Amino acid sequence: MREITYAQAGVEAVAEEMRADPRIFYMSTDPIMPLVKEFGEKRVKATPIAEAALTGISIGAAGSGYRPIMDWRQVTFSFVAMDQIVNQAAKIHYMFGGQRTFPILYRANVGGGTRLAAQHCQCPYSMFMNLSGLKMFLPSTPYDLKGLLKTAIRDNNPVISFESNRLLASKGPVPEEDYAIPLGVADIKRKGSDVTVVAIAWLVHEALAAAEELAKSGISVEVVDPRTLVPLDAEAIRASVRKTGRLVIADEAGPTAGFSAEVAAVVTEDPATFAGLKAPVRRVCALNVPIPYSPQLEDHVFPDRKRIIAGIRDVLDGARPARSA
Amino acid sequence: MNLSPDKQREMLRQMLTIRRFEERASADYHAGKIYGVVHCYIGEEAVAVGVCSALETGDQIISTHRGHGHCIAKGADLNRMMAELYGRQGGYCKGKGGSMHIADFGIGMLGANGIVAGGISIVTGAGLAAQMDGNERVAVSFFGDGASNAGPFHECLNIAAAWKLPMLYICENNMYAAQTAAAATHAMPDVAGRAAGYGIPGIVVDGNDIFAVYQAAARAVVRARAGEGPTLIECKTYRWRAHTERVGQPDFRTPGEIESWKAKDPITRLSAQLIAQGSMTDADAKAMDDEVQASIAASVAFAEASPFPTPEQALDDMYAA
Repeated sequence: MREITYAQAGVEAVAEEMRADPRIFYMSTDPIMPLVKEFGEKRVKATPIAEAALTGISIGAAGSGYRPIMDWRQVTFSFVAMDQIVNQAAKIHYMFGGQRTFPILYRANVGGGTRLAAQHCQCPYSMFMNLSGLKMFLPSTPYDLKGLLKTAIRDNNPVISFESNRLLASKGPVPEEDYAIPLGVADIKRKGSDVTVVAIAWLVHEALAAAEELAKSGISVEVVDPRTLVPLDAEAIRASVRKTGRLVIADEAGPTAGFSAEVAAVVTEDPATFAGLKAPVRRVCALNVPIPYSPQLEDHVFPDRKRIIAGIRDVLDGARPARSA
Repeated sequence: MNLSPDKQREMLRQMLTIRRFEERASADYHAGKIYGVVHCYIGEEAVAVGVCSALETGDQIISTHRGHGHCIAKGADLNRMMAELYGRQGGYCKGKGGSMHIADFGIGMLGANGIVAGGISIVTGAGLAAQMDGNERVAVSFFGDGASNAGPFHECLNIAAAWKLPMLYICENNMYAAQTAAAATHAMPDVAGRAAGYGIPGIVVDGNDIFAVYQAAARAVVRARAGEGPTLIECKTYRWRAHTERVGQPDFRTPGEIESWKAKDPITRLSAQLIAQGSMTDADAKAMDDEVQASIAASVAFAEASPFPTPEQALDDMYAA
């Protein structure tokens, strides 16, 4: 199968859907040139830097029969549009009794590794997960990104596509033919029997590297990639943990009230899964600080395969972790 | 201006309907039948009716927390409005929205909105959709003087001007953002003056003169349909009641100021004009009021007959299929 990058997979998904549905249009402060070339400036709009307005404009256009894609580029730029996201997009279908559908795709890059410091290296998806009314995902491969984007563009609700900065240039197999990946379905990226690692985005690859390393010492690691954050495939995660009895959660975000906390909760609140746990759940997350600039600092703050390995060893020992970090 | 006597009488009827609807909503709120909060539009009726009288069915509007007037002026069903205030299944939002969130997308009313300036960008998206459709529809944003100080107002005016969107931005300047006087928060007395910064027309009208409002809106609609872009219209008006109906609301306005605006009642003004020009008699005016009152009573009966939602319906309509 041919290989394309994560970034190319995103462009392909958008282009294919735009070809199929003339109601789709794209807004970004920094338009993607292949899309502009193919679809023209009317459907791929270069906008003023006015995310609050444009995030709301997406809602109004969606309610009027269009299927807008609003590209925030970096997630940090969505913060000036919080009213439109929190009070409007997330609530408008429910609050008005389901009168209209609001098919909107918001795109946002997240994560570190770019040496762009505190405001441009962020993983705030749990802020959005906490809202009722939005769907969202954070894929780890070009294949998953393309398939999830295609589903999201066809969905009749606001969906946020979080996309990993660290993975934009990474390549992976993506078929030429049309396919879509449903929201809310996890993918087992590696089968194993001793411990489950639930990881997202770049940390899926770090978890796979950790699993490879530990396999040399006879430790069998299962890597579960939920892919979708909302709705979360809790059952797939629980099923894996019931099999292995041990859980490590790896997240590029900090631990507080985060994705990792949600995964820990859905596992431990399920009686059968809880009963099968052989060790406390271990979280491997970013340290709770804004992301610093200097490589020595940034690399210390983010988790990596070494910390995942340490986390796995902790749960295999059954030892209570000192502090989740 | 070329408004038939029928149309003028209809404008009066709509203003009267808003007034009577809100008098009832206020009374029922204080009687404990309506929950949360009610923001009354009484005194400002000429703005909603004057603007909406210049629109066609397919045109779209968006409203504010003070939204009953815009709903009625756009043709919303009183029964479903009242049932929504009563929190019933038969309400526009099945009891999920209440006074601050009435919408009727079927008639182009994209919703009241509890966030000041929250609707401006949404309806600008409706304007963008109309432009892309090429159907000569227009979209209208109603908002207050308070919203004109918020970021989305400025962002949207710039975008609408740059893209020549078919928009009307209607500032209902009632001189107070909740309790705070506009004089203390605006550097310029006229919000319309800000239009110059975006290269679009900015017009000040007497918001209590329904024909002045209508004329300004009609001209802006022609401009928008012709693809020439948006217009900012500032309607100087006044709300007679406090910011909300909540008991104990502070209201720093002087009785003299309030009374001076009641003397400029847009309904009395239009009624007197219609009688003076022979378009209706005193008896006609009384009959119209009786009919309006009957329609309000019927809306209350509809609301009271509509069942409350079942608790489990709280989970309905989370996502569209």
